[in-house]
This record gives sequence, structure tokens and C-alpha cells, in this order.
Amino acid sequence: MTLNEVQDNIIEEFSLFEDWMDKYNLLIDLGKGLPVIDPKFKTKDYLIEGCQSKVWLRPEYNGQFISFTADSDAIITKGIVALLINVLSGRTPDEIIGSDLYFIDRIGLRQNLSPTRSNGLLAMVKQIKLYAMAYKAKGSELRAQSSKQGDAR
Amino acid sequence: MKSISEIRADFPILSVKVYGKPLIYFDNGATSQKPLCVLEAIKEVYTRYNGNIHRGVHAMSDMTSEAYENAREKVRAFINASKREEIVFTSGTTGSINTIAFSFGEKYIKQGDEIIISALEHHANLVPWQMLCERKNARLRIIPVSDDGEILLDEYRKLLSPKTKLVAVSQASNALGIILPVKKIIEIAHSENIPVLVDGAQGIQHGIVDVISMDCDFYAFSGHKIYGPTGIGVLYGKEKWLAELPPYQGGGDMVEKVTFEKTTYNELPFKFEAGTMNYAGAIGLARALDYVTDLGREEIADREQMLLDYATKRLIGIENLRIFGNSTNKISVISFLLKNIHQYDAGTVLDKMGIAVRTGNHCAQPVMTRFGIDGTVRISMCFYNTTEEIDVLGKGIEKVIGMFS
Repeated sequence: MTLNEVQDNIIEEFSLFEDWMDKYNLLIDLGKGLPVIDPKFKTKDYLIEGCQSKVWLRPEYNGQFISFTADSDAIITKGIVALLINVLSGRTPDEIIGSDLYFIDRIGLRQNLSPTRSNGLLAMVKQIKLYAMAYKAKGSELRAQSSKQGDAR
Repeated sequence: MKSISEIRADFPILSVKVYGKPLIYFDNGATSQKPLCVLEAIKEVYTRYNGNIHRGVHAMSDMTSEAYENAREKVRAFINASKREEIVFTSGTTGSINTIAFSFGEKYIKQGDEIIISALEHHANLVPWQMLCERKNARLRIIPVSDDGEILLDEYRKLLSPKTKLVAVSQASNALGIILPVKKIIEIAHSENIPVLVDGAQGIQHGIVDVISMDCDFYAFSGHKIYGPTGIGVLYGKEKWLAELPPYQGGGDMVEKVTFEKTTYNELPFKFEAGTMNYAGAIGLARALDYVTDLGREEIADREQMLLDYATKRLIGIENLRIFGNSTNKISVISFLLKNIHQYDAGTVLDKMGIAVRTGNHCAQPVMTRFGIDGTVRISMCFYNTTEEIDVLGKGIEKVIGMFS
């Protein structure tokens, strides 16, 4: 599934519920499926600043795709992180950097859980994109190195 | 006292709906709602007599200056200060405390001196003193609290020494609602000739404040927490102190004579009011104080005590709910946590039911640290709240517990 297909699925799933309580129940359920970060990485290094609840997010890069594990001490926040990870985990740095996360608006997350509400949604998106940019830079560095090695051979 | 429906009709915002549900506003500790008369007073400034204060020869300026000075007189009478010279308008409690932290600090604080605050302070009555201590190489000392959140007066006595230059405490804790024994704290400090600043941000709106009987040297409060507009606050200071202190900010109106060589300063209180003041805010605040006076300050205190008792009883009946700050002497604030439920989750869902509560550390991180928690859910009530709203809150909390466990 493409990144946007995943977003469209989420929008469809949320559109089934009119009532915000039901949407929260869905978020709570989604939070249960979050790929949980290894507790040993629940450190300051992986803590995202700017959230009223604590969020730890750890990227892993296999040279092609970035995957994320995360956790939060608040359940609704966990659901939000799970949504972001569903959309962005297992993508290339370029896909993540170029992604337009329209599902946030479409399911009413931005309106109802905006950054002023201190859930740190924007801080999470920003951090994920920063990781992607860092890996992209590192990737081109590695490629440059390996092509140099190739020349030498 | 007016009936509750008459009172509520005075506050247009109380009939607003959020997410299609009637607003239940339990975040009065953060800011209070405004009665129509306050909104009209501000509108009147800008539609009928707006002119810059203390400056013009024209009618508009005269009328505005008069209304502004009348507002100062209203504030004086409201807190029972002796003189209008002792009432300085500021931007709010934070502005008032920073004024003293700077001016008092410049004049009286030297290396090795000590300033005492309590463990219950809002960041506004902590950070300015910390900044002063850093500037002057002075030391901040903290009065500890019991597990129930009560000030330990014996520990306070032990902290006082010849190095102590100032004590700064809240009248009531914004995070827990506990009322501090300020009168006792002041009495003890004064027996050593140490002045005391009282942060009245959470005190002014509950009951009667009398700076003469309290005998504080400085008192700070915000307009927006007592049904007035935002951006206006008050610094009360005993004349003997304010006369001695250097100005905080320089600018227009606070000066007497200015040359490039030297400036002499205006008399009190103008010495502390640099630049164009928020006169519309001051006039709005005066109207809010009138409103509170007309309603009856003792009646307000009684009604808020009734709401506090009712809500406390309802909340302690909920299993797995823990209240922080167990004192019999509280303003109408309850800070609590639900077992295994994050305050953010609880607050988010309550919001969707139309119930506005505060969650987090309440700008009082050391208070949270003292109790080993990250934050709480806080309800802060005032006279326009009702027992019916508390019933809805009780059911709401039970629904939250159902959702997250």
C-alpha cells in the first residue's frame, strides 16, 4: 500500500464514527497496536519535547526503509503515534520527507488535537521528518563513500 | 445575592456550546469569564472617550485619565490600601512580581543574601527570584510542605536568618488550592524586619483581601482572574518601600525631568508606570471589582465553599480517584488523578463532554515533583458554577474511567 492509500484507509475508518467518543475509542484501540519501543530506549535521547504527555520515538534505518517504534504514557497520545507510524513506518527517507499528511486534517485531528493542545502532534511529525532528513544525508554520504571504494577497486 | 440564573445571565460565554454540549467551565484558576458590564466598560472607553492618559490637553485625554485614576481608587478601596500612591498598574501578577524582583533586587540584594519562597509557588513567583539570585549571586531558599501540601511553619522559621532579605509566597496554591497561612508567615518575617511579597493571583477572587490587616509589604494580582480583562494587573506596595525602590522600566510618563545628562523620576505611582498603560484594561478591571463588590465578597466566598464541599464529596466517592492537597483550608480548586489514567487522557475526553478542566503541571513543576507526579487534572470553580455542573463532571469522570480501564 502506498503512503496515501494508508492515509485514505484511516480517513475511511474514522468517517464511520460520528461521535467523538467513538473516535477516541478507535484511537485507544489503535494505540494498543503500536509497535512498542524497547524499554531500554525510553531515554531522554528518544523523548519528544513539547508534549504534555511523554512520547518516546525511535527510528531504525536498514539502508532503504525507516521503521519506528514508540510509546507514550497517555493512551490517546499512543493512538496518535500509532496512526503516524502506520502511515510513515517502512517508508524511504524521501517518501517521509515528501509526505503530505492530509489525514490529520481530514479526521479532525488537527482541529481537535492541535499543537496548542500540547499533544505534540506537530512535534512528532517534525521529529520524524528530521530523522528522515538525517538518514537521507547519511545515505548519500554512504553512497558517496561506496562509490569511491568502487573506484579504488 | 442574585440568583444563580441571574448571575449566569451576566456572563454571555456561559451559554456557549462546545461540541454541541453546554459549556461547563471549570478552569477559572487559569482565567475567569467576564460579565457583560466589564465588556461594556471596555467598549465604552473606545467608543466614547478614548485618549492617551496623563498627556493631552483635550477632553478625550482628560476623560480617559479621570476614568483611569478612578480605577486606581477602586483598586485601592478593594484591597483596603491606605493610599492611591501604593497602587501600581502592571500587565498582571507576573509583571508585578518581576517589577519587585528587579527594583527590590537592584537596591537591596547582594551576594550571599537569601530570598525565601514556598514549595507551592507558581513559576511566576519562582523564576523571577531565581533570575535575581543568578544576577546577584544570591540564594533561593524553599519552605517545605507536608504530604498534604501544608506549609511547615517550623521549617520556615529555621530558614530565616540575617541573610534573608525578602519572603515571597502565594496566598493560595494554584496547583492544589491550598490556602497558605500568609498572615502568620508575614508576622514571623516582620519580627525579623524582613519584608514579604504576597502573590495574590489565586487569592484576590476568593473572599476579602485587606492588605492593611494582612500587613504584606507587596501584593500582586491579575485582572483576568477576577472577571476583568487580560493584560492588566496590580502591584500594591507600601509607600515606604515603593518610594525607596528604583523604577523597573524607563519611558514616557514615569519621568519628571529628562535631559541627556540626567533624568529625575515622576512621583508614585507613576514612577512604576512607564509608557502608555493598559488604561482600557484598568477601567475594565475596576468595573469587574464593582461587580464582585455588588455581588458580595462574603457571599461569593460562601458559595464557593459550598461548591468546593459538594465537589470534594462527589469526587472522593469515585473509586481510584486521588485528590492532591488535603487541607480544610482551600480555595475552590481540586487537583486529582485517576489511577492508571494519564491526566492528558482524562482532560481530553472531559473536554469532548464540554467540560473545561486544566491538565498538566499548572506552571508549578516543583509542586508536581514534590508529590512525585508529572501533573494532575485540576478543576477550579467560582461562584457562577453550579452543583448540577459538578454532577455532570462526576458522571464524566466515571465515563473516563470506563473508557481507559
